[in-house]
Amino acid sequence: MNKGYFGDFGGQYVPELLMPPLLELEEAMARILPSKEFQDELQSELTHFVGRPTALTFCPNLSAKLGVRLWLKREDLAHGGAHKVNNTIGQALLTKKLGKTKLLAETGAGQHGVATALAAARFNLECVIYMGATDVERQSLNVRRMKLFGATVVPVESGTKTLKDAINAALRAWIAEQETTHYCFGTAAGPHPFPLLVRELQSCISREARSQMLAQAGKLPDYVVACVGGGSNAIGAFHEFVGDASVNLIGVEAAGSGKPGDWHSAPLSLAGSPGVLHGMHTQLIQTPEGQILPSHSIAPGLDYPGVGPEHAAHQASGRATYVSVTDDVALDAFIELSRHEGIMPALESSHALGWVLRNAKDMQPGSNVVVCLSGRGDKDLDIVNDYLAAKA
Amino acid sequence: MSTNILTKRIADARAKGRLGLIPFLPAGYPDKARFWTEIDQLDEAGADIIEIGMPFSDPVADGPVVEHASLKCLDAGVNLAWILGELAARKGRYKAGLVLMGYLNPVLQYGLTRFAHDAASAGVHGIILADVPFEEAGPIHAAFDPQGLVLIPLVGLNTTPERMALYAKGGKGFAYFVSVLGTTGVQAGFDTGLPANIRAGLEKAKTAFDIPVALGFGLKHPDQLKALDGLVDAAVFGSALIRHIDAGGDSKGFMQVWK
Repeated sequence: MNKGYFGDFGGQYVPELLMPPLLELEEAMARILPSKEFQDELQSELTHFVGRPTALTFCPNLSAKLGVRLWLKREDLAHGGAHKVNNTIGQALLTKKLGKTKLLAETGAGQHGVATALAAARFNLECVIYMGATDVERQSLNVRRMKLFGATVVPVESGTKTLKDAINAALRAWIAEQETTHYCFGTAAGPHPFPLLVRELQSCISREARSQMLAQAGKLPDYVVACVGGGSNAIGAFHEFVGDASVNLIGVEAAGSGKPGDWHSAPLSLAGSPGVLHGMHTQLIQTPEGQILPSHSIAPGLDYPGVGPEHAAHQASGRATYVSVTDDVALDAFIELSRHEGIMPALESSHALGWVLRNAKDMQPGSNVVVCLSGRGDKDLDIVNDYLAAKA
Repeated sequence: MSTNILTKRIADARAKGRLGLIPFLPAGYPDKARFWTEIDQLDEAGADIIEIGMPFSDPVADGPVVEHASLKCLDAGVNLAWILGELAARKGRYKAGLVLMGYLNPVLQYGLTRFAHDAASAGVHGIILADVPFEEAGPIHAAFDPQGLVLIPLVGLNTTPERMALYAKGGKGFAYFVSVLGTTGVQAGFDTGLPANIRAGLEKAKTAFDIPVALGFGLKHPDQLKALDGLVDAAVFGSALIRHIDAGGDSKGFMQVWK
């Protein structure tokens, strides 16, 4: 197999000018990441700054209602309110070891931007965040958070002015600034070695969840369910279970409104086809002529026309199953979990939960189902309020 | 030295005591009809190689000028079938060598083998794929080589001699040297005198490649060419030509300034 591939997917489809920093990062991953010094420092940061391990919470009320045993892996309790910080703390630490002084990153909804900015502040690194001009407008709270952490936010005015264009802009900026700057990629996607690096840093989710299930339930889960945009919380939630054949791995994509002709964000489960974008060969939402189409989801963090290459490979091999739910299903799940369990999930995580609420009836009664609650929902209150108002 | 037609066009220009001139225009710019008039003018005015952009929705190696032009062409319905069909209809008309430049995905969706066949049949000599580094070039060569279609190597200021050697081995046509650590249209960082890092990079490339070396990205005015004499064999103009056309000029006028 070629370097950086998961089956047919992955690779390094970047301009030659980006190969030197990618090769440098590969080398650093092999040399620095496994070292005891790095792992000790990372563990200390995860414990004392991020707040790991995060809880595995049993949901008594929804479990009684659904007839399955529902568990939540509480990434919403990680510092910053989402799993994103697992990745940014690791990459910021790696940046220090590389002797670089600046982080640049893309962000869509702003969650990865915030997680990068707070990691940069903690490690005394400069920070520049590229964000689509449309997203800057609709996610102004996160823009203010990033600026408070000392980051410069650059609105990207090209293309569709959303996440995919922010990634293009960040890749372009990295070409010019590679000597002093690390590109803190936000998801388990992009050119090799980012899909591996981000998986490595997010695998704490499944490492903890696996031992917590064994301790709290006395057995492995029957299902692990996670939402998939680029796919970093899902790959982190799946990884340690991949070798456990009895564990069903379910990735839930965003189907958008579900109306025919509307944009969605589900290249694996709806209408994707293989192609090359942002440095990787993966499943994409594209025209027959290979132009990338706009994506949509009510959950800003799932709004991406591609997906991490390892998910495309897990789908091809059959090891994981990819499905999708619509905006409405996610919104209903948001409300259900808030009312019945006192936990407000991010709209992204609500997709994973929504799939379980709809499909629990088809599972063996008493099945143990772990949902990766990738983030907290405070950021989505305006969207949810508008939905409730429209429904009333 | 290879007798590839792209190599030969640049050698002919050098024999006349000047650099090879390689203008770039996105296919269908400024509009689908006028584009072919511009290509005719570039050819008649003595372009040695004409580089035609294949538009892509997400051009990561391009700056705002080329990206904006490409997106405008996409909106106008430009696609590979149109480009290759129109070129096939004009086959044999151009003295200049023909190169298509773009990104892998549209070519992949068209089909690598079908693309190689149709491009070669339409009189295209070489292809530049900005997002295909050496590591991913195997399948591209496997499709292009049997058709005699050249994959132009693209290197830059931060390319090590070891990586230059990888590209140089079996390299055909010409090598494209990117003069800035940046995207198309970014200032090349020199006016009339050449900075030491560009000079060193070009010398590295001249040593590595036995095919001609063309410098691209960021050339703004003809005086810059003098500083390149002896260091490169050809120069590529992209954003500068688009800006010239946007300002109301035509390709004939553009070529007169640079030649």
